[in-house]
Amino acid sequence: MPEARVIQLRPDDESHVPPAGEPSWDEQVVGGVEFLRRRLTGEYATDEFGFDPDLTDHVLLPLLRPLFRRWFRVETHGIENVPTSGGALVVANHSGTVPVDALMTTVALHDDHPAQRRFRLLGADLVFDLPIVGEFARKFGATLACSEDAERLLCGDELVGVFPEGFKGIGKPFRDRYTLQRFGRGGFVTAALRTGKPIVPCAIVGAEEIYPMVGNARTVARLLGLPYFPITPTFPALGPLGLVPLPSKWLIAFGEPIETASYGPAAAEDPMLVFNLTDQVRETIQQSIYQLLLQRSSVFS
Amino acid sequence: MPPAVVLVTGVSRWLGGALAAELARDPAVERVIGVDTVPPSADLLRSLGRTEFVRADIRNPLIGKVISTAAVDTVVHMNISSTPAGSGGRGPMKELNVIGTMQLLAACQRAPSVRRLVLKSTSAVYGASPRDPAVFTETMQARRVPAGGFAKDSLDIEGYVRSFSRRRPDVGVAALRFTNFIGPRIDSVLTGFLRMPVVPTALGYDARVQLLHEADALGVLTRATTGDFTGTVNVGGTGTLLLSQVIRRLGRLQLPVPSPALGSLGRLTRRFGFVDYSPEQMRFLNFGRVVDTTVLRTEFGYTPRYTTEAALADYAQTVSPVVPPDLIGELAAGVEEVVSRAGSVAASVGSTVHGRLRPAPAAPGLRAVRDA
Repeated sequence: MPEARVIQLRPDDESHVPPAGEPSWDEQVVGGVEFLRRRLTGEYATDEFGFDPDLTDHVLLPLLRPLFRRWFRVETHGIENVPTSGGALVVANHSGTVPVDALMTTVALHDDHPAQRRFRLLGADLVFDLPIVGEFARKFGATLACSEDAERLLCGDELVGVFPEGFKGIGKPFRDRYTLQRFGRGGFVTAALRTGKPIVPCAIVGAEEIYPMVGNARTVARLLGLPYFPITPTFPALGPLGLVPLPSKWLIAFGEPIETASYGPAAAEDPMLVFNLTDQVRETIQQSIYQLLLQRSSVFS
Repeated sequence: MPPAVVLVTGVSRWLGGALAAELARDPAVERVIGVDTVPPSADLLRSLGRTEFVRADIRNPLIGKVISTAAVDTVVHMNISSTPAGSGGRGPMKELNVIGTMQLLAACQRAPSVRRLVLKSTSAVYGASPRDPAVFTETMQARRVPAGGFAKDSLDIEGYVRSFSRRRPDVGVAALRFTNFIGPRIDSVLTGFLRMPVVPTALGYDARVQLLHEADALGVLTRATTGDFTGTVNVGGTGTLLLSQVIRRLGRLQLPVPSPALGSLGRLTRRFGFVDYSPEQMRFLNFGRVVDTTVLRTEFGYTPRYTTEAALADYAQTVSPVVPPDLIGELAAGVEEVVSRAGSVAASVGSTVHGRLRPAPAAPGLRAVRDA
């Protein structure tokens, strides 16, 4: 019978760190009371764009997280392409009838990025004209899509998000899914060139299927002053139930940053360069959408 | 070169009176002439010092005589009314603002002694709409031009002042675009609005508010009068607050009302001379307005002493809160203490129970045994 060997245990190769773990229930309650106290007395900070980090972190993001993790099971790719600090312009495709894609990208960049980056969205003026929607859009960090605001945010080293397709992208019929629409007038490229910040192309797959828009009630839209009024297989036929998005599988991929600083700020006045860069960004996003579609085995898994 | 003879219009209001008093204290200024349609109150009159008060209407050509006989070299135009309530209705308000300014400028143009004009303007000229950029710089213009009220008057006044400066290029013109004033002594549209115990706001909108403390307003006006800055400058405190935050910090109750109903509520309160909910005021309360103050700090050379937050805190001392923030703080602290005590009791109970039922956790640093 062989002698028992003594095997060295090595307690010194890794210092023991107790896992942080979930805060206990009483800590959570105290945190909640503290939050309520701040809200009732107004003792929290907001910025000049109306961004309310306290509300975003403690109410809005936690509300979106179940949708992000459980419902759409969002997978984030290429998060390392998003700079950890400094300004950058994230340009993404827009789809889904309701801009849920913007909200999910915000959660992705906050939760999946090591630096927990804040995503400052640029929205159409209609968003800020609507009651409640406009209020919460600003509190969530969004501001009007105009060159002044974009440049101000970029100069402030913020991560700015733009959807150059606008209503053409988000309100396109279901049969046109995953085909990029025209990219506005290239205003986002001009903003990036003027501030010398990189452009990060971003492709979002999955948002197209949440509310498949099979029809557009143009008359209703005109009456309500909206750019389109969606008719989906469930809305308005099933009433409020039709507002539940379909649980499609989402993939969000960030591409390699396109650097703009070397062109110099004067390049913003060169329309040809602006068009070329716009096309380059558009092509990159379209290619990456096709690749993601190949990766995704089916719409709902 | 400091001004020798200064004429201040609108001297019977707090800010105008305070500026005249400040200038009167400056020995470099020879004469200070205050003009207004109503005589200043006894308190204000005492503080005015050596200021000479002339009861005149700037809509009257008499003002020209005052300027020429006193050889006024600096004119500070502050007699611009922001509310119809203060000047007896919208008609007289527009008359005072626009025609008054035209008369004053006409008189200035005739007077060769005038070499400096300071205009107390407002950031309301940028309007307020959902199409606005978040922050306005001096070079930007209103996206949706204000259709009426104080903002329209101010736009017209700025236009007249611009054409005056074209006709008299030798006169240095400084236009100061102030954000909303706040402070313990000043009486502005916003202070009247925030004094109400229950503040009605538009449902579903939360305006961004930038405030300027009255002391800073006075400081900027004094510097503009005695200094040599020409051009347009935004004047506002650093930082912004949301309207809901402002109401909460003052311990007021917010009453969100759907926008259409707010209009009729506004007409009702205006009839009782309460608070003015004019359409432009409502647009401001919906969307708010923030201005960039880089020019103020660099070219003009004035850094406000009060941030928006500090200015509001100073004002808060003079209003008694309906819901005292201290009470909420004490209540929250009480609840937190009870909860954490309950939590620690539960934890100690839990740990004894766990200790009996479960084995001790694995010692730190132990790893799976490796094969040799």
